[in-house]
Amino acid sequence: MSELQADQGAQALDVPQPHAKTRRNRDVLIALAAFVVLALLPMVFSSKFLLDFVIRCAAYGLFATSLNLLVGYTGLTSFGHGMFFGLGAYGFGLMMQKTGVSVPVAFVATLAITFVTALVIGAICVRLKEIYFAFVTLAFQMLIHSTILSWVSLTGGDQGLRGGIPRPPFWGIDLSNHLHLYVTSCALLVIGLFLMHQIAQSPFGYTLRMIRDNATRASFIGIDVWRAKLTIFVLAALFASTGGVIMALFVSGAYPEFAYWTISGEGIFINMLGGVTTFLGPMVGTVLLLILNDTVTRLTEYHGLVLGIVILFFAIGLRKGLMDFVIEWYAQRRDARGK
Amino acid sequence: MLEIRSLSKSFGGVKATDNVTLDFADGSLTAVIGPNGAGKSTFFNLITGALTPDAGQILLNGVDLAGRTPPEIVRHGIGRAFQVASIFPSLTVQETMLAAVCADQRKASVLHRRFPLSETRDRAEHAMELLGLASKRNRTAATLSHGDQKLLDIALALVLDPKVLLLDEPTAGMGTEERWRMIDKVRELWEKQKITVVFIEHDMDIVFKIAPAIVVLCYGRILATGTPDAIRRNEAVIEAYLGTEHHAGAAV
Repeated sequence: MSELQADQGAQALDVPQPHAKTRRNRDVLIALAAFVVLALLPMVFSSKFLLDFVIRCAAYGLFATSLNLLVGYTGLTSFGHGMFFGLGAYGFGLMMQKTGVSVPVAFVATLAITFVTALVIGAICVRLKEIYFAFVTLAFQMLIHSTILSWVSLTGGDQGLRGGIPRPPFWGIDLSNHLHLYVTSCALLVIGLFLMHQIAQSPFGYTLRMIRDNATRASFIGIDVWRAKLTIFVLAALFASTGGVIMALFVSGAYPEFAYWTISGEGIFINMLGGVTTFLGPMVGTVLLLILNDTVTRLTEYHGLVLGIVILFFAIGLRKGLMDFVIEWYAQRRDARGK
Repeated sequence: MLEIRSLSKSFGGVKATDNVTLDFADGSLTAVIGPNGAGKSTFFNLITGALTPDAGQILLNGVDLAGRTPPEIVRHGIGRAFQVASIFPSLTVQETMLAAVCADQRKASVLHRRFPLSETRDRAEHAMELLGLASKRNRTAATLSHGDQKLLDIALALVLDPKVLLLDEPTAGMGTEERWRMIDKVRELWEKQKITVVFIEHDMDIVFKIAPAIVVLCYGRILATGTPDAIRRNEAVIEAYLGTEHHAGAAV
């Protein structure tokens, strides 16, 4: 069963247009419902730990899902996607600390900086094939990380942005209030996922699938492969950057680890855990990784070893991510019933 | 009209296409034949932009396309299918067609609407009907038979409404019966669509039976052009190409 069939369920594409609108309305409803559930969560469980967990899921989930737009949908395996996460955190943190603009202005400005940076880096990288693309993106990640470490006067070097990020209230939202921060993070997560799902299901999303499957053929039906790759590289960077902004708000600072290559590694790890053939796979992977991280680090200091074994189990044992596995299992069961 | 003027391409010291000049009239059906390494595929790759010519012109209705990129050339109306079926394995037949029409309508980067676009539907449907793939519309391309994958490859070129269709060995890797079915299909498409078709073919029976015009390539050069009868009698062709085939045939 292909990703697309899985995505569209049993409904065939025979009657496309009437479905297009209803499908989007359905997505809007699902997004709204998800947001309401998340927003009401604090009324049921008031544990700060749980809310913190969801905020971290929002930050990493946006990052990992945007990475899947590159890895799963376009076949671009970036090992440097974390640089945009770091860029988001530092860009936003610095803007708030140094310029004193309002939160929405800083957010938009951070996205603008990310846009320009991703455009330049992407223009260099997306021409490269597979392994070269992976390594050059990694090189840019290390370049940004080194810049953060050595530009001490601006970034605080290996100490990171300290002293907290000022979060002046705007539109009645006060992000220094934990609950407000929680609801805002949930809103950003849901909006981000909705937009990325729209990208994945748009004609452009299918252009990406064609490039992943067979870039040569795509160019022979008139698709400008380089431009399409660059476009998705920049779009994915914007969502990763948003994840970084959430993280900066959450820890009220930014640290060089946010821009270190291990963040990109974790992104890949999450995608392997959750699976790249479904849209929500990386989101599931994020929840799994964060739970694993939180529990394993409490139990043993060799948490790297445990995580390694888990990823080996998924890579060699299941040979796919959890969501891929679930979808296939469900399809098999449905087929069996059909017979 | 597709006019090739003094087209040349060398790889190192080897002249893969050597000063080729040819005209393909609108609505013609031409077979390109020649021994292995004659430069047939290179010739196609040059016309479609997969390779950049060293010299020469490729004029489609007077517009020079030499040296342009594949997407540009496709948009000018030269479509192609590949020797090894070149398709999108994870897409279904129908999605493949819809996405191709989308690309042709310059809507491949539309973000705000949902795939598939309603205006792409009729053309996709038409192409599937033409190639006999309509009943397999929901099959993933990877699960199609070899023959159907070749048809899908041709459908991908045809759905773009090209003026010229280049088919690189449409019958490659097929059994005898399947070959004839494929070549009948090619002929039928040519008759129905009234487009210029150029195809590479190894099977001489097929070539002599269906192609009104034949081009023989050898070592990158044109050895002969003409009707099947003229080619069959051409001494240079017999010596360089057909002769060996006949011997091979006799031995069997």
